[in-house]
Amino acid sequence: MSGPSRELPRWVDLGLIPLINLIAAFLVTSLVFLAIGESPIESVGIMLNGAFGYGSGLGYTLFYTTNFIFTGLAFAVAFHAGLFNIGAEGQAYLGGLGVALVCLPLGFLPMVIVIPLAIIGAALFGAAWAFIPAYLQAKRGSHVVITTIMFNFIASALMIYLLVNVMSPKGSMNPETRTFDPNAHLPLIHDVFAGLGIEIARSPLNLSFLWALICAVVIWLMLWHTTLGYQLRVLGANPAAATYAGMKPPRLIIIAMLISGALSGFLALNEIMGSQNRLLLEFTAGYGFVGIAVALMGRSHPFGIVLAAILFGALYQGGADLSFDKPTVTRDMIVVIQGLVILFAGALEHMFRPQIARLFQGSRFKAREA
Amino acid sequence: MASTKAMAAPPAIALAHIDKRFGPVHANRDISLEIGKGTIHGIVGENGAGKSTLMSILFGFYQADSGEISVDGEVTRIMSPTDAIKAGIGMVHQHFMLVGKFTVLENVVLGAEGGFVLNSGLAKARRELERLEKDYGLQVDPDAVIDDLPVGLQQRVEILKALYRGADVLILDEPTGVLTPSEADHLFRILRQLKAQGKTIVLITHKLKEIMAVTDRVSVMRRGEMISTVATADTSPEQLAELMVGRRVLLRVVKSEREPGRTVLEVKNLVVKDASGTTKVNGVSFVVRAGEIVGIAGVAGNGQSELLEAITGIRPPSSGEIRLNGKPLPCDAAEARAQKLAHVPEDRHRLGIVTSFDACENVILGYHGDELYQKGIFQDRRAIRSDTEKKMQDFDVRPQDPNLRLGLFSGGNQQKIVLAREIEQDPDLLIVGQPTRGVDIGAIEFIHKRLIAMRDRGKAVLLVSVELDEIRGLADRVLVMCGGDITGECAPETPEKQIGLMMAGAAA
Amino acid sequence: MEWLDLIAQVSGSAIRFSVPLLFACLAGLYSERAGVFDIGLEGKMLVGAFTAGTIAALTGSAWLGLLAAILASVLFALIHGFASITHRGNQIVSGVAINFIAAGLTAQLGETWFKLGGQTPQLTNDARFMGYAWPFADALRGVPVLGQIYSQILSGQNILVYLAFLAVPITWWLLYRTRFGLRLRAVGENPAAVDTAGISVPSMRYAAVACCGILCGFAGAYLSIAQSAGFIEHMTAGKGFIALAALIFAKWRPVPAMWACLLFGVLDAISIRLQGVPIAGIGTVPVQLMQAVPYILTVVLLAGFIGHAVAPKAGGVPYVKEK
Repeated sequence: MSGPSRELPRWVDLGLIPLINLIAAFLVTSLVFLAIGESPIESVGIMLNGAFGYGSGLGYTLFYTTNFIFTGLAFAVAFHAGLFNIGAEGQAYLGGLGVALVCLPLGFLPMVIVIPLAIIGAALFGAAWAFIPAYLQAKRGSHVVITTIMFNFIASALMIYLLVNVMSPKGSMNPETRTFDPNAHLPLIHDVFAGLGIEIARSPLNLSFLWALICAVVIWLMLWHTTLGYQLRVLGANPAAATYAGMKPPRLIIIAMLISGALSGFLALNEIMGSQNRLLLEFTAGYGFVGIAVALMGRSHPFGIVLAAILFGALYQGGADLSFDKPTVTRDMIVVIQGLVILFAGALEHMFRPQIARLFQGSRFKAREA
Repeated sequence: MASTKAMAAPPAIALAHIDKRFGPVHANRDISLEIGKGTIHGIVGENGAGKSTLMSILFGFYQADSGEISVDGEVTRIMSPTDAIKAGIGMVHQHFMLVGKFTVLENVVLGAEGGFVLNSGLAKARRELERLEKDYGLQVDPDAVIDDLPVGLQQRVEILKALYRGADVLILDEPTGVLTPSEADHLFRILRQLKAQGKTIVLITHKLKEIMAVTDRVSVMRRGEMISTVATADTSPEQLAELMVGRRVLLRVVKSEREPGRTVLEVKNLVVKDASGTTKVNGVSFVVRAGEIVGIAGVAGNGQSELLEAITGIRPPSSGEIRLNGKPLPCDAAEARAQKLAHVPEDRHRLGIVTSFDACENVILGYHGDELYQKGIFQDRRAIRSDTEKKMQDFDVRPQDPNLRLGLFSGGNQQKIVLAREIEQDPDLLIVGQPTRGVDIGAIEFIHKRLIAMRDRGKAVLLVSVELDEIRGLADRVLVMCGGDITGECAPETPEKQIGLMMAGAAA
Repeated sequence: MEWLDLIAQVSGSAIRFSVPLLFACLAGLYSERAGVFDIGLEGKMLVGAFTAGTIAALTGSAWLGLLAAILASVLFALIHGFASITHRGNQIVSGVAINFIAAGLTAQLGETWFKLGGQTPQLTNDARFMGYAWPFADALRGVPVLGQIYSQILSGQNILVYLAFLAVPITWWLLYRTRFGLRLRAVGENPAAVDTAGISVPSMRYAAVACCGILCGFAGAYLSIAQSAGFIEHMTAGKGFIALAALIFAKWRPVPAMWACLLFGVLDAISIRLQGVPIAGIGTVPVQLMQAVPYILTVVLLAGFIGHAVAPKAGGVPYVKEK
C-alpha cells in the first residue's frame, strides 16, 4: 500500500523552502562575519551594492551568472537522468582546451566563423571528457560520482602539463597561451551596446551570457517537450521502467553525460574566449562544483537555475567588492558563503520541510487511499 | 486442547484501543485484540487492511498514536524493537532483515553480541544454535553466508534470530509468500513444535488455507479495523473471505466457451539465466493461441519472472527461440511492442510506472515514440492529454485527473492505468503478470473482466499469477512452473491439490 | 650501493607521503563502511591542519595542536552526519559543502588572526612532532639492506607515522573482531536489519562519522605540525581525494588500504625524484603523469579491469524506515 504521501503546494516547494534555507545560510554567514570582527549588516550592504548597485557591478554579476548557468544546467541534465556528474570542473577545463585549439590557429578568420567553431570546440572537448566516465557507467557500471571526481584531477594534471610544456609560447615562463587574435574575442556587451550608440558600464559581460540563456531555453524544451528528454527523465526516475519501456539505458546515459559535458565546456566560452582571451591554469575556479548547488536550488529546472545562478553570481561579485572595500575580508569569504549555501540549500534542504509540511497539512491535501 | 487451558492465564499479548494514522491514512482504528499464551493466532485481511502496521506497532517499529499494549497481563511501553525484544517479542519480517554478506552466526548475534569482543559471544551463540537446532528441528549451517542460502533457510535464520533473543511471542509476516508448498509445510511443522514448547505465534497472512491449516484462533481486519476474532474450528474460508471483503465474494469469473485460433506466441527450448548466472528458466516450450488465456501457475521465484522478462525483451535469453505471429522476436522491448506485444509487468512499481510522473507521462510509457504523441521534433502535449483523459474514462480511473502524480493514485487505479495503456494499443499478445497484486477487490473484478474481454476479442493472453484461484478462474489452459521447468499442463478445472503437487515439482 | 641508498631514501619519503593518506583513507573507511559516503575528507583534513597549526603556534604544544585538530575535524564530521544522517541530505552535496567551507574558512580565519597571507606562524621544533632517531641509527647506516632499513625507514620518523601504521591493525581488529565493527559493517550493508535488531542506525552512523573525524584530525595535524612547520593555505592539495581513491582501490578494507596508500606514496616520492631526470629509453616522464596515476589506477579499477570494487551496499543511501 502507498505510504503517507505529503504534497506541498508548488510555491512552497519551489519558493518558500529554498528561501528559508538561504536565510539559514546567511544567518550562519553573519556569525562568520562577527567572528572576523565585521558587521554583517554593513557587509551585506556592501555586497548588495557591489552586485547590483552600479552598472559595472551588475555586469560582473551577470558575467559570473553566465558561468553558473552553464554548470548548473550541466549538472541538472545529468541529474534528470539519474547521474551525479560532479566532473563539471574537469569538463570545463577541457572545454577551455577546445576553445583555445580553435581560437589560437583560426583567430584570423572572421568572427562569425570563429564563434561557432569555438562553441563546437568547447562542446566537443567538454563532452569528450565526460564520455569516458559515461561509457564506464553505461557499460561497466562504474559510478560516475567517483570516476568524474577522478577525471577532475586527471584533467588538472593534463592541463598543467599542456600549459607548462606544450602550449605556452617559447621562452615564456608563464603557464598560459598567447593572447588570441582579436577576431577570436567574444564581443563584450558594452562594446555591442556602444556599437548601437548606447553607453553602458564596462564589464567582462559578453555574448556568452546570451548563449547561456539560449541554452537554458533549449534544455528546458529538450527535457519537457521532446521524446529524448522524456526518456532521460524516465531513466532518472525509474531505470527499470526505462528498460521495460524499451529505452536503451546505456545509450541514454552516454547522451545525458555528453550534453552535460558540452554544457560544462561552454564555461570556457565565457571565461576564456569572453574574458581572459587566452588559456590559463585553474580558470574553472570551483564554478563546476557550485553548479551542483545552483542546480539543486533551482530544483533542476532551467528557469530556477537561471535565478539561482544570478544569486550565486551576485554573491561572487558582491563578495569580490567586499574584499576590495574591506582589507580584513579576503576573497576566501566568498568560498565560505558558497559552502554554507550549498550546505543549507543542498545537503540540508529537508531540514525545515517537516515543520513547513505540518503548517500546510490539511489545507491542500491531495492523497487518495485505496 | 492445551490452548483452552492456557486461555485462563493472562493473554500473552493484549492490545487495547490501538490507533495509528500516517498523515491522511488511518492505518489502525481503535483495535483491541487478545492473543492467548501458547496458541497460534492468525491475522487475515486484504492488502492495506492494516495488519502489518499493527504488528509493527507491537514490535516497536512504530508507535501507536493512542492505545495500550500488555504483555503477560502487564502494561508494557514498547517504544523500539529493543523494548519488544526485552518483552520477549520476536518478529520474522516479510522482507528478511538479514545482512547478506554476513554468516548465519553473525546475523544471529547482531544486536545481542554479549560483550565488546566478539569471540566469546560467537562461541556461546554457536552452542545455543546447536541447542535450538535440536529442540525445534531448525538445521542451518552457522558458518554459511546468507547470500548463498535458499530463501527457505534464510527464513529459518530469521526464526533462529528471534529465538536466540529469547522470544516467547513470534510474529510472522506473510511467511509463505516465498516458499514452495513443501517448504511451507515444513514451516508449519516448526510452528506447531514451537507451540508445543509453549511459544505463542502470530501469523499474518492473506492466504485463508494457511489459516485453516495451522491456527487456533483467527482475527479478521478490514480497512484498518478489527472486524472479528473467532476460533478457527468454528469458521470456514468462505466466511473469512466475506469478513475480509465485507460482502459476498464471487470466486468464479463468468466466461463463455471459446475455440482458440492460430498460434500467436511460440516459445521453444527457452533458457534464461539471472544476473548471477543461475539458470532460472530451464528449456521451456509452449504456445499461446489467439482467443485463449494461458495461465502460468507456480510459487513465486520459480522462473516465471525471468520467463516474462525474456519474452518481453527485458532480459536476453541464453538460448531458445521466441516467435510472435510466426516471426522470430528479438530481445528488445521496443521491437516487441512494435510487433504488437503488450506487457503488464508483475512488479508494477518497479517496472510499469513512474510514480513521480503524472498520469499523462505514464500513459505514454513504452509508446512515447508513437506518431500520435509527436508534433515535429516536439511531443504533442495536447494529444497526450486527450488520449490520457480518454483512457482514464474508459477504465474508470479515479480521480480522473491526468495531471495527478501516479504515486497519489491507489494501487487499483495505478493498475488500471497500466492496463489501459497496454490493452488500448490493441496488441495481438497481452502478457500479464500478477494483475491484481496490491489491488482492491472492486478493481480486481474490473481487471478480470477486461482480461476476459481481450480473449473474447480473439487476442492471445499469457497470464502469470501466484494466486492459484485467479489462474483457475481466468485461464483456458494452465501451465505449472517449478524450478524453471514446466512441470505440467492441465485444465483449469483440475483439482487444486493436483496442481499443488505439480507446483512442488511432482509430475502430473 | 648507491642505488640501495636511493631506494632506502625513496622508501623513507614514500612512507612520509603515505601517512596523511593512510589516516584519511582509514577515516573514510569507517564512514563508508557504515554507509555514509564522504568526499569531504579533504575539507576535514584542511580544518585539522589549520587548527593544529593555530593551536600549536599559540600554546607551543604539538599535543594540544593535535587534540584541537581532532576536535575541529570531528565537528565538521558531525556537520556531515547532521546533514546526511539526521536530515537524510545528499551525502555528496554535503561533502562538497564541507570542502568549500573548510577551504574558505581556514584561509579567511588564518588571514584574520595572523595576517601572514593565510599561513599560521612558523612553528619551533618544540611545537612540532619531530622525528626521533632510534639507538645506533647512525652507526648502522652503512650496513647494507638491514641497516639501511633500520636507519632510514624505521628510525627517524615522528610519532604520528608510527601511529598511522598502528591504526591499521587496530582498525582491522575493531572492524572484524568486535561488536562495534560487526554493527558498523551491518549498518553499511542493511540498516533495516540493524534497526530491527534493536540497534539505533543513527547512533551507529554518527559513531562511524566521528571516527572518521578523529582520523582526519590526525591526517591534518600531520601535515601542519609534523611534516611542515605550520599551516599553509590549501595545503592538503587534493590528498583527501587521493585517500578516497586509495579507499576504493583497497575495496574498503583496512590492510589493503595501507598497501594502496603506500603505493600512492611511492608514486609521489618517485615523481619528485624523477622530476626532470631522463630515463633511458623513455625520456623524461612528465611529473603530472605520475601525479595522475593514482586517479587513473582507480578509474581502471572501477571499470572492473582489475577485480571489482563493490561499495558497501547501503552506501550513500539515507536510511528511511519502511513499513
